[in-house]
Amino acid sequence: MTKVTVTVNGKSVSRDVEGRTLLSSFLRDGLGLTGTHIGCDTSQCGACVVHIDGLAVKACSVFAVDVAGSSVKTIEGMANADGSLGTIQQAFQDHHGLQCGFCTPGMVMSTAALLAENPKPTEAEVRHYLEGNICRCTGYHNIVKAVLAASGQDVPAVAAE
Amino acid sequence: MPKDSGIGASSKRREDVRFLTGRGRYTADIQLHGQTYAAFARSPHAHARIVSIDTKAAEAMDGVLAVFTGADFAAVGGNPAGWLIQSRNGETMKEPKRPVLAHGKVRHVGDAYAAVIAETVEIARSAVEALDVVFEELPAIVDMAAAVADKTNRVHDEIADNVCFDWGWIEDNRAAVDAAFKSAPHVTSLKLINNRLVPNAMEPRASIGVYDPGTEDYKLYTTSQNPHLTRLLVAAFVMGIPEHKLNVIAPDVGGGFGSKIYHYGEEALVLAASRRIGRPVKWVADRSESFLTDAHGRDHVTTIELASDKQGNFLALRTETLANVGAYLSNFATVTPTFLHGTLMAGPYKTPLVYVNVKTVFTNTAPVDAYRGAGRPEATYSIERVVDKMCRELNLDPVEVRRKNFIQLDQFPYTTPVALVYDTGNYQATLDKLIDIGDFAGFEARRAKSAKAGKLRGLGLSTWIEACGIAPSALVGALGARVGLYDAATVRVNPTGNISVMVGAHSHGQGHETVFAQIVSSKLGIPEANIDIVHGDTSKIPFGMGSYGSRSLAVCGSAMDRALDKVIAKGKKIAAHMLEAAEGDIIFADGKFSVTGTDKAKTFGEIAFSAYVPHNYPLETLEPGLEETAFYDPANFTYPAGAYACEVEVDPDTGRVEIASFTCADDFGNVMNPMIVEGQVHGGVAQGIGQALLEGCTYDANGQLTSGSYMDYTMPRADDLPMYTVDHSCITPCTHNPLGVKGCGEAGAIGSPPAVVNAVIDALHRAGKNVTHIDMPLTPSRVWSAMNA
Repeated sequence: MTKVTVTVNGKSVSRDVEGRTLLSSFLRDGLGLTGTHIGCDTSQCGACVVHIDGLAVKACSVFAVDVAGSSVKTIEGMANADGSLGTIQQAFQDHHGLQCGFCTPGMVMSTAALLAENPKPTEAEVRHYLEGNICRCTGYHNIVKAVLAASGQDVPAVAAE
Repeated sequence: MPKDSGIGASSKRREDVRFLTGRGRYTADIQLHGQTYAAFARSPHAHARIVSIDTKAAEAMDGVLAVFTGADFAAVGGNPAGWLIQSRNGETMKEPKRPVLAHGKVRHVGDAYAAVIAETVEIARSAVEALDVVFEELPAIVDMAAAVADKTNRVHDEIADNVCFDWGWIEDNRAAVDAAFKSAPHVTSLKLINNRLVPNAMEPRASIGVYDPGTEDYKLYTTSQNPHLTRLLVAAFVMGIPEHKLNVIAPDVGGGFGSKIYHYGEEALVLAASRRIGRPVKWVADRSESFLTDAHGRDHVTTIELASDKQGNFLALRTETLANVGAYLSNFATVTPTFLHGTLMAGPYKTPLVYVNVKTVFTNTAPVDAYRGAGRPEATYSIERVVDKMCRELNLDPVEVRRKNFIQLDQFPYTTPVALVYDTGNYQATLDKLIDIGDFAGFEARRAKSAKAGKLRGLGLSTWIEACGIAPSALVGALGARVGLYDAATVRVNPTGNISVMVGAHSHGQGHETVFAQIVSSKLGIPEANIDIVHGDTSKIPFGMGSYGSRSLAVCGSAMDRALDKVIAKGKKIAAHMLEAAEGDIIFADGKFSVTGTDKAKTFGEIAFSAYVPHNYPLETLEPGLEETAFYDPANFTYPAGAYACEVEVDPDTGRVEIASFTCADDFGNVMNPMIVEGQVHGGVAQGIGQALLEGCTYDANGQLTSGSYMDYTMPRADDLPMYTVDHSCITPCTHNPLGVKGCGEAGAIGSPPAVVNAVIDALHRAGKNVTHIDMPLTPSRVWSAMNA
């Protein structure tokens, strides 16, 4: 067991963890942050994407001990301070960018990373960036619209390009 | 102007808020006090006898609480098939026992033969590795044709030819169909494979069993599309638990697409284990287990023949299909290739004679069952491919051929030669709409532009029909169903006038919490925010059959509508008393009960309050309270239909197919929430494009699953797919349910695969390549090979 101190959604937490514990398990089982989902065992599906020091990372591909001292942000930290939906979350609701909700946390976290890096992406750039997040429900159409809307772009105009 | 609430509004989904903030509660998220963990020992062989299992070393490990093998369940029942199908010769199908854990033999890679319960997942998995099992390997039966021909090698020792049943529909039509073929001016034949798929709901299956030794009650949290059906199967068929002592809860469920309809052995195991150790037992599948053990979909090999005249008028159609059911019969495995497939082989056409033969075959592969569309995509694919091939053979326009063979408006209700009665439809209208919104007129210009870029452009069409809202209990009972297929809803008006509606349907992405509330809101004239939809818990909801077959709105929504009618009828009695008027003079509109022709009125809230505080109330003739239940058993299936067009660009150098556009014109009957309907079509089309271009579940000759992870099973990703153009403005309301709805959940997956394949074949033909067919998935390698054969 190793003591790990990490900032999660702005709060410092310390826990003893085994060396083999993945960040995804640490968040879910150790901290009860079950919004980070586990949808595969090959780091393909993207349901567990979180931010580590601002970078989008699949939490199943990182050991919890390796994030000691880092700042981790999860879906539970994405709402506004007053509890209302953040811009990306609101865009997903407005554009029906989710159905069963299982891939959604990863989609939102990847979108946040995309828009931080590329504030006005084209439709093709959105699709390319989200390649690591699998959704089985939406056919991606409304996810792409939601991401474009969250970037402040006129959705029909961009989507028609 | 778009409406902003109630029926027809694109109300935003209320469930989204919890999903978007990480507060969804899926089965794997649930942690119970004293929880333990199950891990399963799964067969590495496709087919083997279990010679011995030594559990001592595993049992001796620290933290191991119990070990189960097939012997522990030898005395309990098997997981039954939901439908008994009769073979052509009158014999009833073979139904080998599907045990909780394999006993004696393992029959597919991943078949669970033992389970370990331990303090942690890691210990449970380590203990599985410590089981000492001796297998005697047997030859794997993988290929269906070989399975049928082989009389010695058997998946189930008691079934000589590995055939579950040999079904003819309709057997009495056969001679007439064969005679029509003999005299037909033209016959088009096509052999095709409907490729095996893995449903891949993003949430892997999970179950938690909880036994309370004090009350002797069981609770099962599980990833189910139909908790009451699961309860019935577990309690009455498998475990012998009294039904009232088992509560099944399907909380938030992360997609199903069919794969979570069925009862699986893991659910029975966690209940039995919890009873033995007296603590909750949790199991969560990893994705590899999902690939190995979730019921797969499709997997048909079909020869279809279409007889026509030289002008393209259809004269007769016949098919022969081998359908894989895998190693065991999953709950809907026998109805999917028969009554959900053979009965659809008329399509939207007036083909006078149709005969369908389906042999279902046991193989050493995972069970195969209903996957989004369930039989209807297989039927649609076969029909729409052979129609397209006929058009090419006779040099006829695929649009005009479809038009002249459509069932015409004045022919409804229309009885097909495969025994369905289509109540309503307008297939010309959806095709006209498609030609318009898909800009068929501009295709040549687009093709020229593609050609300049070195790409081969093609246009593919599919006009389809499906049967949804499954279905009248009396009819399905006569056809072999072991359950009824009604649904149920309870409307509980609370004393303060807000409403809880308990529904038998289950939402695992469809948005029932929003849409059902819209309907209640419209009907009772109260705000959507004052209405809650409760689903997924057998201790709260009436006995309903859950969600599959695009049935939630047509069947459960209709039950809810009827229950609302009862609420209004009772409210009128209360209002008549309070307003000192005759019941017949009370009208209900806009949330108010009023005396006709006067300004005397009581609000819905006042009536609700009076029902629970009955101080001024007709207690002599009316019970207090305002809560009504309705069970609704539909009079017929519903028949959504539509026309789809796909444009592709094929790269001649690599064979890679890109979807340039995909356009849908659907008739779903009345639409309750356009935003949600469009989302359902998008998702269905994506799965259909996935089947057509990307996805294929494959086993090697030894029965090893060679597509067992996201590294080698190609899931459609964002950059594989286009924006879709969808339209649902052509409406012929269903004539037999109160909402006039038909269902939209599966349409996209049903109509799209043949449109994609037809488009690719069209592109190749226009480029002078004489390619008549390529089996799905149309990978670059397959397309390139076909082009360069």
